[in-house]
Amino acid sequence: MDGGAISRALRRIAHEIIERNPDLASVILAGIPSRGVEIARRLAGLIESLAQIPIGTGVIDVSMHRDDVGKRAELPRVQASRLPLPLEHKTVIIVDDVFYTGRTVRAAMDAISSFGRPARIQLAALIDRGHRELPIRVDYVGKNLPTAVGERVRLRLENVDGEPDAVWLIKEEKA
Amino acid sequence: MTELVKSQMRWQRKDLLGIRELSAEEIIFILDTADAFKEVGTRDIKKVPALRGKTLVNFFVEPSTRTRTSFEIAAIRLSADVINISANSSSLTKGETLKDTAKILEANHADIIVLRHSSSGAPQFLAERLTSSIINAGDGAHEHPTQALLDLYTIRSRKSAVAGLHVVIIGDILFSRVARSNIFGLLKLGARVTLVGPSTLVPREFEKLGVAVSYDLDRVLPTADVVNLLRIQHERQRKEYFPGIGEYIRLFGLTKERAKLLKPDCLIMHPGPINRGVEIDSELADGAQSVILDQVTNGLAIRMAVLYLCGGISGQ
Repeated sequence: MDGGAISRALRRIAHEIIERNPDLASVILAGIPSRGVEIARRLAGLIESLAQIPIGTGVIDVSMHRDDVGKRAELPRVQASRLPLPLEHKTVIIVDDVFYTGRTVRAAMDAISSFGRPARIQLAALIDRGHRELPIRVDYVGKNLPTAVGERVRLRLENVDGEPDAVWLIKEEKA
Repeated sequence: MTELVKSQMRWQRKDLLGIRELSAEEIIFILDTADAFKEVGTRDIKKVPALRGKTLVNFFVEPSTRTRTSFEIAAIRLSADVINISANSSSLTKGETLKDTAKILEANHADIIVLRHSSSGAPQFLAERLTSSIINAGDGAHEHPTQALLDLYTIRSRKSAVAGLHVVIIGDILFSRVARSNIFGLLKLGARVTLVGPSTLVPREFEKLGVAVSYDLDRVLPTADVVNLLRIQHERQRKEYFPGIGEYIRLFGLTKERAKLLKPDCLIMHPGPINRGVEIDSELADGAQSVILDQVTNGLAIRMAVLYLCGGISGQ
């Protein structure tokens, strides 16, 4: 998937979000760091230019809400979460780069609920690679990319990684 | 872009024994993590499930209320179960060795042990023998890492950066684990440090660590960006070290008169408990330059960060 395909996918997601949410003023896009934040920022820009309405964005860091703390050998950096408050009567759309097992999204829902009680939570992901382990599905998907468990999805976004937008499917090479 | 560069480092320690062995990068990693936990304190629900199912033992062989309470609240906000053991309620008074007591704690599935002990090196002794995470909450005159981290955090949040600042630490340096941990942390983050106090309590040997030593407070104060006043530890003082309270105040107490020498934006810090009228005049402790209560609030975020990081690492 190259830069053009990524922007087309995002534009389609933006249209779908507009279509499915008549009350766009109540929509908040909450990105999961770090690439989900960048995707949320781009989606908000697209929706704003299409619908001429400002869209609230936020950051939802799931590290503290994961279910495998204490089972890992190293921990990544935690970021502060921030959401436009209050969440009551709002639609929070969680934005992630690659949807895989669903555990990150479960943690994100848990994190959101500690800020308040939104009217509904939806999920957008640029890639859905399958293999979900929880009863969670993506509402807005950029591309379904069937994968094997051993494979990796490598996503690069210009503003986050300093490389041009692209998605690769990498087969694990066993040494 | 910088976001990703910053996120390259990953935390890998299960124990926090001192500041001396941490890199500047690790210190900043903890401070950044504390930023995230400070945000948790602003949520409707101030509790996160990070350490759910973990048991934390507050093992305080030396008395302490504020540090123990701070660790306890931090652990509760991380959803850990907390048990408090103090010296007189433990079998240490019955002659059990530290190692045996600790082995018992571990056999009871204590995942994290927060240790306050009068002997320097006690936390390291345990860390080398147990798979539990060991957090040093003050060992003898050696180190008090979470106090130094919360001091650094407080300075950073008020002054935006620690590098380049002139920090003056006043008082009983010789017996102070707070001073030692602060000195290591401040130097690693690029601050300039001056120690001031009676020559018996601030020996010139400290210059070997890379700090300045002065016995003339009035000459040092005008260039200070931060003054950190250490408590006169009556319980550790022996008569021969100490001239007497009256003379101490005259030479090294931060009085209202002396505070006029400070820059208007100089921060006044104190790890507590304060001896009002000794290290600092009461009005200054409650004044606009004082960040003493910030230190307490930030201590909670720092301890949540430390417990999350060390407790989140698998000890196996």
